[in-house]
Amino acid sequence: MNTALVAAVSLVYLLAMFAIAFWGDRRSGREGGIIQGPYVYALSIAVYCTSWTFYGSVGLAAEQGVHYLPIYLGPTLMAALWWIVLRKMVRISKINRITSIADFIASRHGKRPLLGGLVAAIALVGLVPYIALQLKAVSITFSVMVDYPVAADALVGNGAFYSDEAFYAALILAAFAILFGTRHVDASEHHSGMVAAIAFESLVKLVTFLLAGAVITFVLFSGPADLFDRAADHERLAQLFHMGSPGDYGHWIALTLVSMVAILALPRQFQVAVVENVREGHVRDAAWLFPLYLFAINLFVLPIAFAGVLLLEDSGVHPDTYVLALPLSRDWTALALVVFLGGLSAATAMIVETVALATMLGNDLVMPALLRLRWLRLDQRTDLTRLVLRIRRTAILGVILLGYAYIRATGDTLALVGMGLVSFCAVAQFAPALLGGIFWKGATRQGALAGMAAGFAVWAYTLFLPTLAHAGWVPGAFVLDGPFGLALLRPHALFGLEGLAPVTHALVWSMLVNLGAYVTVSLLTQQDAIERIQASLFVDVFRLSAGRYGISRFWRGSATVEDLFDLLRRFIGETRARRAFDEYGRRHGVDLSRTRQADAELVHLCERLLAGSVGTASARVLVSNVAQGEVVSLDEVMEILDEASQVIAYSQKLEAKSRELEAATRELRAANAQLQQLDRMKDDFIATVTHELRTPLTSIRSFTEILHDNPELEPERRQAFLGIIISESERLTRLINQVLDLAKLESGAMRWYPESWDLTRILRDASEATGQLFENKGVRLELELPDGPVPYTTDRDRLMQVIINLLSNAVKFAPEGTGRVTLRLTAEADVRVEVEDNGPGIPEAEIPHLFQKFRQVGDVLTDRPPGTGLGLVICRRIVEHLGGRIWVDPRPPGEGARFVFTLPREASPAGGEAVPEGG
Amino acid sequence: MSPQSVLVVDDEPNIVLSLEFLMKQAGFDVRVARDGESALEAVRQQPPQVILLDVMLPRRDGYEVCQTIRANPEWRDVRILMLTAKGRQIEKEKGLAMGADDYITKPFSTREVVERVRAYMPQGET
Repeated sequence: MNTALVAAVSLVYLLAMFAIAFWGDRRSGREGGIIQGPYVYALSIAVYCTSWTFYGSVGLAAEQGVHYLPIYLGPTLMAALWWIVLRKMVRISKINRITSIADFIASRHGKRPLLGGLVAAIALVGLVPYIALQLKAVSITFSVMVDYPVAADALVGNGAFYSDEAFYAALILAAFAILFGTRHVDASEHHSGMVAAIAFESLVKLVTFLLAGAVITFVLFSGPADLFDRAADHERLAQLFHMGSPGDYGHWIALTLVSMVAILALPRQFQVAVVENVREGHVRDAAWLFPLYLFAINLFVLPIAFAGVLLLEDSGVHPDTYVLALPLSRDWTALALVVFLGGLSAATAMIVETVALATMLGNDLVMPALLRLRWLRLDQRTDLTRLVLRIRRTAILGVILLGYAYIRATGDTLALVGMGLVSFCAVAQFAPALLGGIFWKGATRQGALAGMAAGFAVWAYTLFLPTLAHAGWVPGAFVLDGPFGLALLRPHALFGLEGLAPVTHALVWSMLVNLGAYVTVSLLTQQDAIERIQASLFVDVFRLSAGRYGISRFWRGSATVEDLFDLLRRFIGETRARRAFDEYGRRHGVDLSRTRQADAELVHLCERLLAGSVGTASARVLVSNVAQGEVVSLDEVMEILDEASQVIAYSQKLEAKSRELEAATRELRAANAQLQQLDRMKDDFIATVTHELRTPLTSIRSFTEILHDNPELEPERRQAFLGIIISESERLTRLINQVLDLAKLESGAMRWYPESWDLTRILRDASEATGQLFENKGVRLELELPDGPVPYTTDRDRLMQVIINLLSNAVKFAPEGTGRVTLRLTAEADVRVEVEDNGPGIPEAEIPHLFQKFRQVGDVLTDRPPGTGLGLVICRRIVEHLGGRIWVDPRPPGEGARFVFTLPREASPAGGEAVPEGG
Repeated sequence: MSPQSVLVVDDEPNIVLSLEFLMKQAGFDVRVARDGESALEAVRQQPPQVILLDVMLPRRDGYEVCQTIRANPEWRDVRILMLTAKGRQIEKEKGLAMGADDYITKPFSTREVVERVRAYMPQGET
């Protein structure tokens, strides 16, 4: 056939597809209509059927019989689970504005560039064979069309690239991919045009394949019965009706499983089934429409394969091209051309694949890397759209050329199906992280990273390297004898696992390693906060989004008015923030200074105000930082990357702010801990006060009841008991007074009456007031005072209280009979009062606790002297209020205790008139 | 020695005085201890039938004394009544968990204390 004719028809067909895409884009805004319907959705999922299906299945069936089937059984089985799995992925992706599978996995694990980058890199390497497959199919079939009946087998990869059809096919398809997929930049929106074009090509490839099958079955032969009868008579074909060795079952199962996963994890399938989904309900329709499609397109695979073997076996035609060669062999050029267009349609799946891949590479690999290169100053550019588009276009071209390079490298060593399976195995590495991510909250980022990296490494070693080795790029001994002759490391029989097909072998090992690493590392590592939030957002997506489908903000959080105000103040300034809050309060009739919890509306107000200065996405992120437990996902960060112009300009600012916020959070946490400790101390205080109150009350009640019940008690005992009641009542009164004093001192409600006094007078009064105590115990009190008066302005009663307290403590601890207490006053730079006893002294370990509530040194002694445990606390409060300091001089044990307090002279207005040291 | 003996353990002299009076009046043999150590010492010398045991004691507190007594199977017949000025439920539960038989909160009714002690005395051996 004429080269120009075939080329022209192909180009016209591709232009027609482009026109459909263009039309689809124009109509994308409208609701309803065929483009938004379930049939287009199901047909677009049929992008799964590529040249592999169109040509490769026939080739495989001709050589191995029904072994082409698992690749369609897997997706059919998976379609039954779509309502559970795919619908969940769709819901998650809508709420989180997911743009690709890399984005999906990265977002689930806390949105770190590393993970997304790994997924993108795996997809790139893994899908190169797949792209190569399509290019190879296009160029081979083109050659068949042009050169038939010359065998087309060995045409690819020979001669210079500029005389190679595959090279031009690559360039043309790259151009179309660029036209289709990168007309505008917003990856989060739907590419309705592309979807429409895919649905169209799916229809074309189905119809043409069925047409070819029907013609071959009913015109070349007289119906399927005739065809199968003749095949059964054919020696080699007859064997294909058997399943083969038991090892084949393992292969069969492995292929079914890998294709079950591929239908979800192939980037193009993720693109059409998840990203491009317009309505969740379509998943339900696709779950039966898509298997039906698979059934239909496979209907004539065996008949065509048998017909090809029966009629063309010895003609040197490659079995992959039977569907084309059969019409050509009868000179049915029109049919052949139609079939060729069907095959071309199937190959355009590659366009979707490269677009999805390029989006992923751009968003998850190239942009994050470029943003890190400060010298590019990307963060100072205001509009990055052109750059993003250029990156995507370059990526598309690069990916397709890589595919071409792969064909050149591997030559003709692999059939179409073989190349496709290499890619399937690669994308299967996403499955644990993808499926685990939506059903298992415990999966961690490190687990996903470890699983995918390990699985991918095994894939590369057991499957990808050997394909290069076949082509001679790596020494063949590497595959046959293992690296360095180590038989255990042979890529196709790792650790002695022999007897499996290479794909099954690679799948078993890579999935074992992948799942093992994923689960183990996940169990051993911890999620950070963002990851935990994302995990529950993904796993519980239905619960969380019930009733508010499509809205990504659920303010269940606990933002406080104060936090919000603080945040706002930092960005728009104190005055503006204050004004905004005041106005809000006026409008809603609330006093914000008395409200703690911010309501949703206030949160929105803050978001709006912030958005004015930092952009909507950053505003959401900032506010969500403040609103603890808020379920704003990091899709906001995603938005930021998309609205690159805004965020990049503010990203550094944002970083600084988040550091500030972190610091503020730390401070708050510390303050909170302190408050909790204070609260505990208050509880303890109340419990102790209660205890101290109950003790005297017990004695009072007991003796009162005894007196009441025993009216005939002898008078002496009566008297003694009444004495106890009186003294315990006094103790109770004292305690209550002290508690009240302390409360007043601590709250600042104590009234002070400073007057000018002679300090020596106050000290003498105090010693007289405690005289009875000393006398009772036989303790001597010595006063060492300056000769003259020491004028000083102070509150006499409070100062007396301090001195009396210290004196009664001293007498309590002084030994009976031989006790001696000294009260000393010196008035130099400061006024200094000392109270010294010759008791047992105070253990050094106790000194720091002395001035705390209810601390009694006596606690550690056998005999606890009666006291409230509040005296010294009150002393300290009073002295501190008077501007002085109180402490205990550390002394060796047994030398008694010395309490000292000082008061500043300057504090006293009367200080100037003070008589110089009296000596 | 009368078999109906009570050991009063408290560090508040006046409370000890009142309990001593009440127990003697009820006809029991009374001994007194001012801290945990001497309480245990008194039990070791001659285990009483009933112990009135304060919780807040110097040297070893009431819980510890209670636990020590319960750890010795020879003293399993000794009835322990805890006395405490701390009225929180947690203290009560802790006391019972430590092996106390009963729990009385201060300030107590004198009649009730006497009745409780009498109820815990082994019957019929007066």
